[in-house]
Amino acid sequence: MYSNEHKKYIRKKKIRKILIILMQILLLATLIIGWELLAKYKIINTFITSSPSNIIKTIISLYKDNNLFNNIWTTIYETIISFGIGTIIGIVTAIILWWNNFIYKVVDPYLTVLNSLPKIALGPIIIIFFGANIKSIIIMALLISVIVTIITVYNGFISTDKNRINLLKSFSASKYQIFKMVILPSSYSTIISSLKINISMTLIGVIMGEFLVSKKGIGYLINYGSQVFNLNLVISGIIILMIVSYIMYIIVSYIEKILIKKD
Amino acid sequence: MENISKNLNDILIIKNLSKIYHTDDSEILAIDGLNLNIKEGEFVAIVGPSGCGKTTLLSILCGLENKSSGEIIYPKGKLKMGYMLQNDTLFPWLNILDNCMLGLKVEKNITNENKNKVLKLLETYGLKDFIYKYPNNLSGGMKQRVALIRTLAINPDILLLDEPFSALDYQTRLAVSDDVWKIIKKEKKTTIMITHDIAEAISMADRVIVLTGRPSYVKKIYPIIMENKSTPIKNRNLKEFRVYYNEIWKDIDIHV
Ligand SMILES: Nc1ncnc2c1ncn2[C@@H]1O[C@H](COP(=O)(O)OP(=O)(O)O)[C@@H](O)[C@H]1O
Ligand SMILES: [Mg+2]
Repeated sequence: MYSNEHKKYIRKKKIRKILIILMQILLLATLIIGWELLAKYKIINTFITSSPSNIIKTIISLYKDNNLFNNIWTTIYETIISFGIGTIIGIVTAIILWWNNFIYKVVDPYLTVLNSLPKIALGPIIIIFFGANIKSIIIMALLISVIVTIITVYNGFISTDKNRINLLKSFSASKYQIFKMVILPSSYSTIISSLKINISMTLIGVIMGEFLVSKKGIGYLINYGSQVFNLNLVISGIIILMIVSYIMYIIVSYIEKILIKKD
Repeated sequence: MENISKNLNDILIIKNLSKIYHTDDSEILAIDGLNLNIKEGEFVAIVGPSGCGKTTLLSILCGLENKSSGEIIYPKGKLKMGYMLQNDTLFPWLNILDNCMLGLKVEKNITNENKNKVLKLLETYGLKDFIYKYPNNLSGGMKQRVALIRTLAINPDILLLDEPFSALDYQTRLAVSDDVWKIIKKEKKTTIMITHDIAEAISMADRVIVLTGRPSYVKKIYPIIMENKSTPIKNRNLKEFRVYYNEIWKDIDIHV
């Protein structure tokens, strides 16, 4: 049994939560309705601002032309492939750098330079090297995520508590045992949260890649729309992208929660 | 030089040990000509001002650091060291049993017999209900006992304890040092314990070794002889205790 005081406290908290959600919905509705009304009474030029009803029509027609999920799937597919490859390359490289400090010292300045370089600048070269196809998109996305993964995971490895390493050394553990039994489990949550950042970085890379060499994908929709000055298509693309990236974020957060719950 | 004289019971002889740490901008002479003999089955406490090189000494003994010069001799054959580090190093992602099995796992020596021995130790020392719990569910004193059992699990010839109770509050510290002492005596382990708590050293040890400030060497050795010597907590009330305390305190004080 809770005291009345406590019940009051709980109720107050609940009401506040409901109020926040209501306000959020209200805000969204006001935006959409305001936008629609402004468009309807021609206060704004729908040719450049589009309107909610036009956007819905555009999305429905994309769906009818069998283009909607095709494009969404292309973007998701490219993201997952780049994410997978980027994660593996990133973690393996971090392991090598941890294993051999000499190699780390040698490549350290290169990593720093590459990390600070805006990767989009490499776009044209990538296209020339790999052609205007999905390969270039994946490499673009890879480049964006992989350097950060290497640096984050490596830093996770080396920030492992020295005492824990010494403990294993006092049992005469091999380097492989130290890695497996201390370094990896200690850096587990660092790795997981780096993956979470990674998936959004990869998505940025994929969209950038699609802007550059697009034939399919959400980035292509947006880019194509702007080339033919069809703002309905551009804004629909952005909204689809918003929804897709939000859903991805939710899924990744959920996976993160499951994976990190253990300790 | 008095303690270099050979004794039949010696299992470890440290001769003229020195250690220099090299860093980018300096050389630190941590230990300078340290001599010490350890007899089988005895409990030796080492006291000395902080930063004098106590942890360094243990690290060298168990091979984590290389000595710069001197000799470490094992008259009765190489000894297996069981090192209990200064800080709490239980792994939060392993349960208590797995934490205790860690050394055996590294040695690829997890047999049923060894596992049962660990379980028996956990049971004997009041941790039976916690074997599947994780370290963050345990009190500071329990963690120290787990760390000790983890060290005992690999069946070392000699225990090296580095300020095992420094993380505990005073009350717990008294009780846990009593427990740990009893465990060590029951398991009949030769022990070298580092502490900066003079009272703890006198109450637990057969001999107290006083080190100088850095660079350290052995300043004085006190065999602790008390008429009615029993467990650490009780020893603190004996009349000889005060005498030793005052003498050792003076030894250390001069150098701080
Ligand atoms: N890895 C290291 N590199 C350089 N200096 C060290 C290292 N470890 C310890 N020292 C130095 O050696 C001295 C002795 O350290 P330590 O053995 O930890 O002292 P204590 O355990 O007695 O407090 C200190 O001055 C410390 O700064
Ligand atoms: Mg120390």
